[in-house]
Amino acid sequence: MKRVAIVGYAQHPILKNAGALNEVELIMPVVHQLFNDLGISQKDIDFTCSGSCDYLQGAAFAFVEGLSAIQTNPPIKESHVEMDAAWAMYESMLKIQMGDAETALIYGFGKSSPGDLDAIISLQMDPYYISPLWPDRVSLAALQARVLLDQNIITPEQMLATVIEARANSKNNKNALITDLIDESDYLNNAMVSSPLNKLDCPPISDGSSAMIIASEEKAYKFTDHPIWIEGIDHRIESSNLGSRNLATSNTLQVSMNQLNLKNIKFDVAELHTQFSHELPFLKSLLNLQDVPTNLSGGPLVGNVMMCAGLDAIGKTYESLKENQFTHGLAHATSGPCLQHNMLVHLEAQK
Amino acid sequence: MSDSKDLLRAPFELAYNYKRSNGPVMSKFFDALGEQTILGTKTSAGKVFSPAAEFDPETHESLKDMVEVGPGGSIESFSWIEAPQSHHLIKKPFAFALIKLDGADSSMLHMIADCNEVDLSIGTRVTAAWSDTSEKRITDIKFFTLEK
Repeated sequence: MKRVAIVGYAQHPILKNAGALNEVELIMPVVHQLFNDLGISQKDIDFTCSGSCDYLQGAAFAFVEGLSAIQTNPPIKESHVEMDAAWAMYESMLKIQMGDAETALIYGFGKSSPGDLDAIISLQMDPYYISPLWPDRVSLAALQARVLLDQNIITPEQMLATVIEARANSKNNKNALITDLIDESDYLNNAMVSSPLNKLDCPPISDGSSAMIIASEEKAYKFTDHPIWIEGIDHRIESSNLGSRNLATSNTLQVSMNQLNLKNIKFDVAELHTQFSHELPFLKSLLNLQDVPTNLSGGPLVGNVMMCAGLDAIGKTYESLKENQFTHGLAHATSGPCLQHNMLVHLEAQK
Repeated sequence: MSDSKDLLRAPFELAYNYKRSNGPVMSKFFDALGEQTILGTKTSAGKVFSPAAEFDPETHESLKDMVEVGPGGSIESFSWIEAPQSHHLIKKPFAFALIKLDGADSSMLHMIADCNEVDLSIGTRVTAAWSDTSEKRITDIKFFTLEK
């Protein structure tokens, strides 16, 4: 494996409703901030890869318009994933491993405010057995929450604590959308959206964008004196047949953990793409992170830009390692219902 | 601002107009559903998936043998919706649930209605209620109700 490092990350302030700001106008500031910070331009980028969801914009190939945010003349090598931009980073990693690129720009963007996100996400499910029933994303997450509660893998108190802590941690995140603190009675007085999940157990509808630049070892030091290395990365998906999965655990995540040899690494910090309050204690336990400060940024509960929030978990881990002189960080990105598809990224600051 | 009657207008229906084939396995499942019968696919080891899976996600074995399951089953998990949204098919309080049908080893996602939240827990018995018209779709099962 060639060594690859993250050399920069930028995030747009997460908005409740970006209004007339279109996707291009959301992407441009973060890409240009990165270029300015590193003193480079699109000419220094060998490969560009984005992550977004055409269903959010409501038109096939809508992602192509995102390219208007960057300079594409002279022609560039570029690609797109209809996934969270964390997977655009994965593709960029592969491109560097293959020797096709030394540097890559990754960006993700999503505006959830214009449409009905619950209905839209229903359309992305299995079109034969699931989509025709119109299950909303909260109800699907709630199915897993109930299994975890029923088997005492997590407790209602942990869900409450997760919501309270996320809001307290939002002070560490200048781009957070939700910053107001709540107490136990606020939580308990909130109506259920889909029992056992109430409104505060769910992430806010969010608009925004993020960008990241990664580079091979050779190029990384030309961009920064403090690259953060991607020491391990692994992603695996579970069956699209929801009813055949064991929602009380994640067999695929356990394979990824072994693949990255996680049990032998002492993590200083972790950022998990846990969109619903039950997912954080579940994954902390599964990933053996009980004693590791997790989601210091507040995580998706204080801002959850669709198709960015996974890349943001990687970006926030990168920022934590850089700003706190930590050594090891773990980032997690997810996609699909009930943590169907998961990516783990082990980041390490240079010693 | 120009008067709204001066604006050019064109109809725009947002849709992905694809026709899908159900394929050899799901066709049999949906044909049977149209006859108010629920099928599952059986692996060589005897594991039954319903709704019918085309392959076993663990062993990747291709599945063709069909067996009848249900129409009763038990709740594996459920989420209760007190205030349905506009896109939901049921307009009064209902549940989405994973239901393990009798004779099956996997669960079916569907809805449970005509009951109250307190009536439901993991393990509760339910049975299929059928739609009045058959479309050979998963919605031919209207929802599940408490077993009497």
